[in-house]
Amino acid sequence: MVERAAAPKIPMLRRRLLQAARAMTTPLLPDDYIGLLDPRWSTREATGSIVRVVPETDDAATVVIRPSHQWTAHKPGQYLRVGAEIDGRRHWRAYSITSDPDHPEQLVSITIKRVAEGLMSPWFVRHAKPGTLVFLGEVEGTFGLPDPLPAKILGISAGSGITPLMSMLRELDRRNGLDDVVHIHSVRTADRFIFGDMLRELAARRPGYTLHERLTGEHGRITPDELDDLVADWRERETFLSGPREMINALEAHYLENGSEDSVLHVERFQPVIGTGNASVGTGGTVFFRVQDVEAACEVGVSILVGGERAGALLPYGCRMGICHTCVGRLRAGQVRDLRTGELFTDEGQTIRTCINAPEGPIEIEL
Amino acid sequence: MASRYPPAWLLGTAGLSVAKILENMEIGHNVLHGQWDWMNDPNIHSSSWDWDTASTSVAWKHSHNYLHHTYTNVVGKDKDLGYQIMRVDPKQPWSPFFLAQPAINVLLMVIFEWGVAFHDLDFEEILKGRKDKKILKEELKGIAQKARRQIVKDYIVFPALSGRKGFKRTLQANLTANIVRNVWANAIIFCGHFPDQAYTFTEEEAATESRGAWYVRQLLGAVNIEGSDTFHLMSGNLSYQVEHHLYPDMPSSRYKQIAPKVKAVCEKYGLPYNTGPFAKQWLMVQRTIVRLALPGGKERPKAPPYVAPPAVEAVRPTAPAMGGPVPAFP
Repeated sequence: MVERAAAPKIPMLRRRLLQAARAMTTPLLPDDYIGLLDPRWSTREATGSIVRVVPETDDAATVVIRPSHQWTAHKPGQYLRVGAEIDGRRHWRAYSITSDPDHPEQLVSITIKRVAEGLMSPWFVRHAKPGTLVFLGEVEGTFGLPDPLPAKILGISAGSGITPLMSMLRELDRRNGLDDVVHIHSVRTADRFIFGDMLRELAARRPGYTLHERLTGEHGRITPDELDDLVADWRERETFLSGPREMINALEAHYLENGSEDSVLHVERFQPVIGTGNASVGTGGTVFFRVQDVEAACEVGVSILVGGERAGALLPYGCRMGICHTCVGRLRAGQVRDLRTGELFTDEGQTIRTCINAPEGPIEIEL
Repeated sequence: MASRYPPAWLLGTAGLSVAKILENMEIGHNVLHGQWDWMNDPNIHSSSWDWDTASTSVAWKHSHNYLHHTYTNVVGKDKDLGYQIMRVDPKQPWSPFFLAQPAINVLLMVIFEWGVAFHDLDFEEILKGRKDKKILKEELKGIAQKARRQIVKDYIVFPALSGRKGFKRTLQANLTANIVRNVWANAIIFCGHFPDQAYTFTEEEAATESRGAWYVRQLLGAVNIEGSDTFHLMSGNLSYQVEHHLYPDMPSSRYKQIAPKVKAVCEKYGLPYNTGPFAKQWLMVQRTIVRLALPGGKERPKAPPYVAPPAVEAVRPTAPAMGGPVPAFP
């Protein structure tokens, strides 16, 4: 199963006309022909053009994109899957959106730190040019500001983990919600601080926003017990955590042990592990893999992917956290439960991700 | 719209015929084999592609990609079209039905796309009552939907666009183009497995074969057609049938490049490399179809192990401007 961009929002009249024109183009779609003139005109997949690539540090850049169709507003903190063609192949990655949802020119930006051995991040940071076509996937993610806004906020980020916090800070700034926000950001050296200048300027302009820069190259990593010195009232703040796994695990443990009952912690994990049986919602079930001809049993909280692998099926996967969509298959029968949200889906014929969905009773899947 | 003027009609019909041939053979067949899946383009992918012919891509992927490419030339298991309604191998038992074979053959050339569409249903299984009724119903529904769309496009919508006076001529043009495509596809496909050189196998032989023997069967059961680059393109590179059967999901444009390597392997292990010119191969197939309409018939002689033609010391022309021999193309 191959990954596809989101379906763009198309005005009713245009959709009707395209539908009618199918009689002439079947088995292809009118969009197949329109897309030959300019892929951005196709209504099959959401696309966008790179407007500019703004260097943030030596190895990070913000890619500003103009969506070809009406943009489904994101919530600050969410991420976007972006596809691009590199050497004739289409690749997909998920990046946190760093722009404010209410951008004056309807532009969307993602900020990318170059991973030297990676494929897409070097391409975006070094090679992508204005005008380049990109494919836009769904906006996803549950990390974000609650409504109504919390009175006191603490943001703890490290490295490129700044990205989801950036769009949240932008929204707070626009909505005049920066009344009492403390932000601790860890970075190896000052020149690697993505959005460093912007945030220092924000701290100077908004008295309600306090920025603590921790240069780990000089002072080492922040430890949980330093929290009391930096933010004495951390227990009363709604906290947003975004960064590498070790930092999150250490702070999460610290919150569990030393936090008060009302401490609210939001976490953006870039590499969480889900689907191996730690959830408590749902019934579990059996999965029949049509192509592999394998039947697997999944107990409660076990994802289709893990259950299938345990039964010996060779299944595709990428990130195992629902972001990359490498593992998608078509649900042919039955219903599944999203292990992240607990929601049930019964859309037979739709594609689902095997790594974050568990069977609810018997299901059949084709991938 | 200009279909009422004979030269325009001819030009348009020829263009549409070529387009349909390219769409079915070089694009459709090869995309459905997954040859271009590596691009990761969801719209040019074996899981989503549909082609401009009567058969549905889902049914065809099963009968062709799976049954035919796995059980190639195993009499009784290869459900490729020829084997289902014709006697193309002396191992197949004769029945009086096959007396009509020469006539059926001509008819099949003309309505080939419909033959392919219905053969996916697997008549043998239906007649034996082994086919699941629910699956059969679903497949028939698929064919009906595909057929309706194809017929509406070729025989109603486009003729109607030509206006009242041009309707009939455009309809004739579309019908002609479909028939030209049918005859051509039939010729190329039958030349892939039914010429004299192709070996056939029994179910017992195939049941115990090793992985290596599977490749040998693919090699012996397929026959190439010699021709120009244009000819290879127009046949969807099925003229490299041998290479296609060894590597069904390799992009078709690569078959020409790997052919010398396949030949070298044939020579090393004393295996034949089946090939021949188009006219000769096609006539051989027709002779077999007519002969086997009658009872009996014996195996035709097979090709000897492949031996590379003696290398001729190439004398390269000297290009004075380049100051030396012209570099050879790889």
